[in-house]
Amino acid sequence: MGLSRRIADVAVAAIIFFMGAAVMFSSEQLGIGWVKGSPGSGYFPFWIGTIMSVASVAIAIKALSIRTDESDAPFVSRDRFIPVLSVLLPTVAYVIGIALVGIYVSSAIFMAGFMRIAGKFGWLSSLAVSIGTALFLFWLFELQFLVSLPKGPLENLLGY
Amino acid sequence: MDQIVSLFDGFGVVLTAYNIGLMFLGILLGVAVGVLPGLGGPNGVAILLPLTFTMSPTSAIIMLSCIYWGALFGGAITSILFNIPGEPSSVATTFDGYPLAQQGRAGEALTASFTGSFIGAFVGILLITFLAPLVAKFALKFGPPEFFAVYLLTFCSFIGMGKEPPLKSIVSMMLGFAMAAVGMDTMSGQLRLTFGLPDLMQGIDFLVAVIGLFGIGEILLTMEEGLAFKGKQANLNAKIVLQTWKTLPRYWATLTRSALVGCWMGITPGGATAASFMGYGLAKKFSRQGSKFGTGLIEGVLAPETAAHASGTSALLPMLALGIPGSATAAVLLGGLMIWGLEPGPLLFVEHKDFVWGLIASMYLGNIAGLIIVLSTVPLFAAILRIPFSIVAPAIIILCAIGAYSVHNSLLDIGFMMIFGVAGYAFKKLDYPLAPLVLSLVLGDKAEDAFRQTMLASKGSIAIFWSNWLVASITAIAFILLFWPGLTLLWRKLRPGALGVAASSTEF
Repeated sequence: MGLSRRIADVAVAAIIFFMGAAVMFSSEQLGIGWVKGSPGSGYFPFWIGTIMSVASVAIAIKALSIRTDESDAPFVSRDRFIPVLSVLLPTVAYVIGIALVGIYVSSAIFMAGFMRIAGKFGWLSSLAVSIGTALFLFWLFELQFLVSLPKGPLENLLGY
Repeated sequence: MDQIVSLFDGFGVVLTAYNIGLMFLGILLGVAVGVLPGLGGPNGVAILLPLTFTMSPTSAIIMLSCIYWGALFGGAITSILFNIPGEPSSVATTFDGYPLAQQGRAGEALTASFTGSFIGAFVGILLITFLAPLVAKFALKFGPPEFFAVYLLTFCSFIGMGKEPPLKSIVSMMLGFAMAAVGMDTMSGQLRLTFGLPDLMQGIDFLVAVIGLFGIGEILLTMEEGLAFKGKQANLNAKIVLQTWKTLPRYWATLTRSALVGCWMGITPGGATAASFMGYGLAKKFSRQGSKFGTGLIEGVLAPETAAHASGTSALLPMLALGIPGSATAAVLLGGLMIWGLEPGPLLFVEHKDFVWGLIASMYLGNIAGLIIVLSTVPLFAAILRIPFSIVAPAIIILCAIGAYSVHNSLLDIGFMMIFGVAGYAFKKLDYPLAPLVLSLVLGDKAEDAFRQTMLASKGSIAIFWSNWLVASITAIAFILLFWPGLTLLWRKLRPGALGVAASSTEF
């Protein structure tokens, strides 16, 4: 069912191939030759990109030509992928949230949502733990370590 | 002995209330990092590194290295009580540790594992104390060609000695090199591989990569595996500790063997994980109770833990003496040195004596403090694991985001962290090793500079890499290690029956 390990292997190899090609192309523009007896700026990255591309082609050929039970097995089964997505997607939302409302508010929402939905906690304990965490982080970083983290409208309103 | 005198100077540096406090804090944080899934040595250190930018380098490295010791100790707690290795290097500890816990002997298993760790680390530190200054002194003679040869040796041994498919090790390493090249080229001042994006001008920071690859990637893997922490209770008190200690001397042969294997695997970048498996395999082969391994033997806990800790500690030897890290965590620490404005390499022993010997002295104290702390706080850390994962997972992700942001105060880095996280998940699933990527990301620019300086000196002749016996022998060893898998195969064909220890220890 779904994506086999082999397909995933080939897909990742393809991405690496294009990254290698992009590295080669970009270095080529800088000049891959030697300047005054020493390799120029593009020389080293060009060969790095070349090795990357060649190795990824070899990986893809190997994955396609050798069939084993392992390579036919699914990369990840659907029922195991749901929990992965259930972390990945909220985390992406969390990261976007950091840019919009600051890290403290976003963290509190992220944690409360996670506890409420994944952990089936009650509203009260979810809110208590998540707001407590955000306040603790604020105390620790802004007041103790004097490290300034991204803040949003709420912190501005409170004068920080 | 110069070393002894320097070491006592080092103790003088460390023994201030502030530094001792940082040491305890580091150990406690480290054990928590080692116990929690998704947080391990490399990214635990990476997340906390930005907080140390304002400290003195000596205090900073004391705290961060103690996090490293703590993480090594902590990995064993989850292995034994929960049958879940908190760190890859404690996988082998589950083989006998968990059966012991099932028999209600968790206290003995934990005592044995912590003590084994301590002994392994101690041997590693002795090695660093006496060997590192000599290596550094020798390396003072090195010029750019020798340094490039040593870098080559490191990279080749990762490819040839690694457990993962060599092609995938190569790809992982080249990705690291490519990312290291992004941004300003130090020699010509030209911008490289930025693809016209101004955000890429300052380059890709290795800390962000480590936090994403190891932190976020690990969380995603943990979710897929669906961990349920149903642990055994540990009954650990002074009586059990003393009883277990009384039985340990009879395992001196196993301890010695594991410590030596660990030191070897640490200096050559074999890594703590490989060392722990080898330690376990050797103990099983040579022990009179070999067939009972896996059913719950104290020896089966001692062997891998001693080797893992010896390896984890001696991985710092090449980092200090040559500026070449022997493990992913050592690579992060090395990156830290550069951020604090210290140039890693043999000159460190000359120019920053206080720093080096302070660090070495703190290794002795840190491991003693670590042993005491873990023996007395196991119930506390076992309780951390009973916190529901729906609280722990978001907390770890929040910590990763804060760590990634605080490297450059850049929101974009949090985005990079997510990309690295997804890549780390895919790479782990497809057997791409991550350590070579981190290594080449940290060392890439230095290796390239060494190569270009060499070429300037030799007027473009590659022959300089075998122009004198020193650089020639380093280059030769590099190529031997690169083709190691092929060479061992050849050896086995030529001498059937002489499979030796190395073969049997990697088979389980």
